[in-house]
Amino acid sequence: MSNQGKMDCGRRRLIVATAAVGGVGVAATAVPFVASMLPSERAKAAGAPVEADISKLEPGQMMVVEWRGKPVWIINRTPEMLATLSQMEDELADPPSAKSIQPEYCRNNTRSISDKKPEILVMVGICTHLGCSPSAKFKAGASEGMSASWKGGFLCPCHGSTFDFAGRVFKDKPAPTNLDIPPHKYLSDTRILIGEDTQGA
Amino acid sequence: MATNSNFEKYKSDGSLLGSVLEWVDARFPLTSMWKAHLSEYYAPKNFNFWYYFGSLALLVLVLQVVTGIFLAMNYKPDASLNAAGLPVAFASVNYIMNDVSWGWLIRYMHSTGASAFFIVVYLHMFRGMLYGSYRKPRELIWVFGVLVFLCLMAEAFMGYLLPWGQMSLWGAQVIVNLFGAIPLIGDPLSIWVRGDFVIGDATLNRFFAFHVVAVPLVLIGLVVAHVLALHEVGSNNPDGVEIKKVTDAKGIPLDGIPFHPYYTVKDIVGVAVFLMLFSFVVFFWPEGGGYFLEYNNFFQADPMKTPAHIAPVWYFTPFYSMLRAMVWNFFWLDAKFWGVVAMGAGVVILAFLPWLDRAPVKSIRYRGPIFKTLLTLFVFTFLVLGFLGTKVPGYYFFGYQPATNPDGSIIFSPLNYLLSGDLIAQAFTVYYFLFFLTMPWWSKIDQCKPVPERVTWK
Amino acid sequence: MQTCTGKGDLEMKTMQKLKILLAAVLFAPALAVSTAALASEALHLDPAPDVSGDKDALQNGARLFVNYCLSCHGASALRYNKLLELGLTEAQIVENLMFTTDKIGDPMTVAMTPADAKKWFGVTPPDLSIIARARASADGSGADWLYTYLRSFYRDETRPTGWNNVVFANVGMPHILFDLQGEQILDAEGKLQPAASGTLLAADYDKQVADLVGFLTWMSEPQAEFRKRLGVGVLIFLVLLFGFAYALKKEYWKDVH
Repeated sequence: MSNQGKMDCGRRRLIVATAAVGGVGVAATAVPFVASMLPSERAKAAGAPVEADISKLEPGQMMVVEWRGKPVWIINRTPEMLATLSQMEDELADPPSAKSIQPEYCRNNTRSISDKKPEILVMVGICTHLGCSPSAKFKAGASEGMSASWKGGFLCPCHGSTFDFAGRVFKDKPAPTNLDIPPHKYLSDTRILIGEDTQGA
Repeated sequence: MATNSNFEKYKSDGSLLGSVLEWVDARFPLTSMWKAHLSEYYAPKNFNFWYYFGSLALLVLVLQVVTGIFLAMNYKPDASLNAAGLPVAFASVNYIMNDVSWGWLIRYMHSTGASAFFIVVYLHMFRGMLYGSYRKPRELIWVFGVLVFLCLMAEAFMGYLLPWGQMSLWGAQVIVNLFGAIPLIGDPLSIWVRGDFVIGDATLNRFFAFHVVAVPLVLIGLVVAHVLALHEVGSNNPDGVEIKKVTDAKGIPLDGIPFHPYYTVKDIVGVAVFLMLFSFVVFFWPEGGGYFLEYNNFFQADPMKTPAHIAPVWYFTPFYSMLRAMVWNFFWLDAKFWGVVAMGAGVVILAFLPWLDRAPVKSIRYRGPIFKTLLTLFVFTFLVLGFLGTKVPGYYFFGYQPATNPDGSIIFSPLNYLLSGDLIAQAFTVYYFLFFLTMPWWSKIDQCKPVPERVTWK
Repeated sequence: MQTCTGKGDLEMKTMQKLKILLAAVLFAPALAVSTAALASEALHLDPAPDVSGDKDALQNGARLFVNYCLSCHGASALRYNKLLELGLTEAQIVENLMFTTDKIGDPMTVAMTPADAKKWFGVTPPDLSIIARARASADGSGADWLYTYLRSFYRDETRPTGWNNVVFANVGMPHILFDLQGEQILDAEGKLQPAASGTLLAADYDKQVADLVGFLTWMSEPQAEFRKRLGVGVLIFLVLLFGFAYALKKEYWKDVH
């Protein structure tokens, strides 16, 4: 009865074959269970691209739209605001946005679709440090509780990260990268689609 | 022996795996458990078809636990109405079916698994009756098994409320109202069980908690106890002889073979066949003709409207028939109470089987004609009771229309009685209990055959 | 190996008994099936034509559903983009079928709230997501019921809506497809008779209803076709697994004497 030490080749082959077929079966069965934890159709529908109408967005104003449960800021920057961007590049952690997340077409000085509307900034309003939503500190100087040298931008209230008018983080702040830019495209002169770009479409 | 430290329990063969095993074995009984329950657990070599259902029950348990966990990730036990006017719980089942990737498969596996569980467990229990597996020294295995069966019924009953369809609601309504039949404390008790005056959100939430946490914990504990008790005394077999009586010099039963690999490879064959049948239902027949998923349960629960015909899911119907069969008031208590007693007793009486059976032999192979006749009748009555439990009261077999008096009462005639589902159910309920209650007498006088010393094989 | 002379006999007898037992076990359900057929106070249902493989029919059904049903009945379990599986394009869905929302990922819900509906109609028109499964019974499939129901409206002035139905007595819904079918009345024998013709001939009307019912059936389980295809693969795989497992068992059990 004992088969110790005299396991023949045929038997070994059968074990391997059965185990292989069984293993494939178990792995294939695991796929639906693992896949069921991916975003459902409802989550995908909620994460679908959203349209924003910027016809009433005056220069210097900001609007917020919800995309995938996150606040997405659309800011119409004034020429003065845009002018600040090039003044402080040596104080920024990642001025060319090399390590930061944005579509390739927004990897530029203004972090916008610069050949269409360089003044419009579309940005996920979530700090890249630990996920708080920064607040707008658009006025230069100390009037909003910032330092006197402040030229305007955003402050994350949780851990004090500061960002310029292109969402670029300043040096020696906790946030590791600039604020994320979502994929977006212009449907017309005044309508932006957030969550989808021409490459993805 | 006392000098043996834990570190000498298992000696490494020098390989990495061997060294890891040595380290573990000094701290945890891994090798000894493997040996005790698998590689050196000696099972009789003459197991037949009926012996597949134990391992299959374990497989279905695992399937139900795993699919259940994944369903719980998307199911919401909430009876309030959503914006579309559907109860949130009911809509979350639709959500699982249509919106969650592969949710439909997981749901069908779980719903089919519920019915499969009962099929497998009923066959497993019947095996015990065929071969006297509950007889000394295996009484506790059987009692644990009956407790597992009770847990399973509780699990199935509470799980059935969760989809929050019409059958969920009204099935639970009827069963919970049964508690109301208990004298004095009945009404407060059923309100306490529901947490409301009707089956409502509170009921749904607590049934969910019981279904996904409490009952499974107890169930798994009992299954472990069931298997530990089995491995303590050793398995019975179709001949009902004790293989431990005849052993070799090392004490290994001559008719025993190591569970692993012999029965593991055999059970894999059983698993493959079972999975074929199971997959056939899941992929081609998930509603099971309205028995596995009842059609009316695709309607959302509506406390204002009872469906025309409420029957429990098929696996409860034999006991439900016993409940309905009680239509007489005894003593100072009414029929409703006795119905509940009959239903409960129908399950509980199984636990007493080890002490009711007084036959000198265990297996049907050596038992006399009385047992064989009565057991066949028992199976027949159980199936008919199950069938009648799915029918409305006042059912007649073969579409028979009973002749009535002008006042509507039924004329006294043999056919009117013989074909009446209600009367048959009563007669068969009486038989069900008589089978057990008179067993000490007839099992003793039956003409049994001599039992061989060793198991019969090939 | 015959050491015990009576054993072959015994085994035979046991098998005999088991066969009788098995016969009894099989007899009971057979009895059940035969009686079920006889006993039901049968609602006569016309079998619905099977259009499950016909994309054109299902698309037409979707169009009918959106135009005639969706103003009152939702299908909250179905998202508009699921209609892509019927061979419709995103543009077709957005332009022809989406009236209550502008997002193609939204479910097919009605604009009015259930509470308003209850106020206006007395009952909330039920969500139709899985109606084709709910209406199944021993009398026939859910599709059969719906197919018969939608063709069984008749004039009944005693009802507040002026309509009644042979399959669904005192139904709350008026005959929405009346312009297509025309009017029917119930004759003295309880049979439906045409009373006024609609825009469609009877056969054409039946075809439209069949398409609509086909869509309702598809909607009740959009993955049904995929489920069956996958099932074939799974069963083939299990046959393979059985083959290997059986060979392995045979191999090991050679040891057991």
